[in-house]
Amino acid sequence: MARPLDKEHLARLKALEQRYRPASFSEHLAWSSHEEVFLNDLLPVPYTPETLRRVCDHIDEVQETLGRRMLLENPSTYLLFEESTIEETDFLAEIAQRTGCGLLLDINNVFVSATNHATSPETYLDRFPLGLVGEIHLAGHAETVDDAGAPLLIDAHDRPVADPVWALYERVIAQAGRLPTLIEWDNDVPDWPVLAREAALAEAAMARVMRARAA
Amino acid sequence: MLANTQSAFRLAVLDPAAALPQGLAAHNGVTPNRRFAIYRDNVALGLAAALESRFPASIAIVGADFFRALAIRFAREHPPRSPLLLDYGDQLPAFTEAFEPAREVAYLPDVMRLEIARAQAYHAADAEPASPAALKGLDPARLHEVRVEIHPAVRLLRSAFPVATIWQMNAGGEAREIVDWSGEDVLVTRPRLDVEVQILPPGGYAFLAALRTGHPLEAAAEAAFAEAPDFNLAAAIAGLVAAGIACRFEI
Repeated sequence: MARPLDKEHLARLKALEQRYRPASFSEHLAWSSHEEVFLNDLLPVPYTPETLRRVCDHIDEVQETLGRRMLLENPSTYLLFEESTIEETDFLAEIAQRTGCGLLLDINNVFVSATNHATSPETYLDRFPLGLVGEIHLAGHAETVDDAGAPLLIDAHDRPVADPVWALYERVIAQAGRLPTLIEWDNDVPDWPVLAREAALAEAAMARVMRARAA
Repeated sequence: MLANTQSAFRLAVLDPAAALPQGLAAHNGVTPNRRFAIYRDNVALGLAAALESRFPASIAIVGADFFRALAIRFAREHPPRSPLLLDYGDQLPAFTEAFEPAREVAYLPDVMRLEIARAQAYHAADAEPASPAALKGLDPARLHEVRVEIHPAVRLLRSAFPVATIWQMNAGGEAREIVDWSGEDVLVTRPRLDVEVQILPPGGYAFLAALRTGHPLEAAAEAAFAEAPDFNLAAAIAGLVAAGIACRFEI
């Protein structure tokens, strides 16, 4: 992340985008390459004025290359950096403000990070600029504990969406309205009916909230 | 500052024995060993999964647990230098040769090389193979001038083991006893949609290797005869078209 973006890879991304013209393009607030090494994971970013500028530069470059607005997704994080001085929600909002990008709200990530850092997911969502959200992600997480026995959730994408995440989902769409929603289940992928049921649950939650809003 | 944070993170995430990077924190003030271990596991297992998808026959040979242990060791010592994971693992055969626990499966590195060749053939550029009519225009008197444009998916592999036979048996083919443990020369290519693996006849490897480096047909045939006096030139030339190896014959 501290280096310029890989121009060849950007060119490949542009070719892919032009070939498939997706309805939406998003990437995570994370890093995965450094000093020529690609780590194939979403690694955490300290939230400082310096990293904010760096991320904004990269998003500008991606948006200029693709010629379209991208969405930036909030990450699941497992630890914090002492050097961080900015709240994640403010960090995301400021990036969107400076670059014009939209946001992708992964509600499982909100719940995972809030649990891992003993903060409130509701407070996080209250601070989140919902008006900039172009898409929602939902997923299942694994549960473990840290060195002191404190709950530690892992964004595993290998099981159904947890009940508290569904509750947060309803809370978000009650405020933000109807939004494209993706169920992420890419490890231990189940049979189709199980997967379809998750999508049906999202559909039902959306319908329930919309009825309540209309009433 | 950011570059330092990332460098320290990268080094520690690839080395489970390394100390945690400076500057990490957790809400409860506890040393975040288990928290950092999630990133270590994600990186190791994510890269191992990329290798597992590229080497299915090798997994069938050594078992999933053995392969995963090998893949994690490899990933930590040789993390990818490119975000294109479809190319990841080209150094795995050499790594496996030096990996003590794999020593007794001496043919494993060559099976890996064959799997790499198949993956490369799969991802190689498309090209239209030459039609049988292209052979009719060949003047036997001018073979010394004819150069062959080889299909971009063609890969050649020479092994001291019956590598294609072993691969076949571990890629869904029927298991049978291998009586003849002599080496095999293998052609991998993808003339159209499907990757094909063929055992080359005597001289076939030298013939195709010479053609691919730009030698004309006659010189390639000489190389093949030098290696295998019973090399069948007519069959080899017919095979250039039948197996979709040649795209064009140029005079």
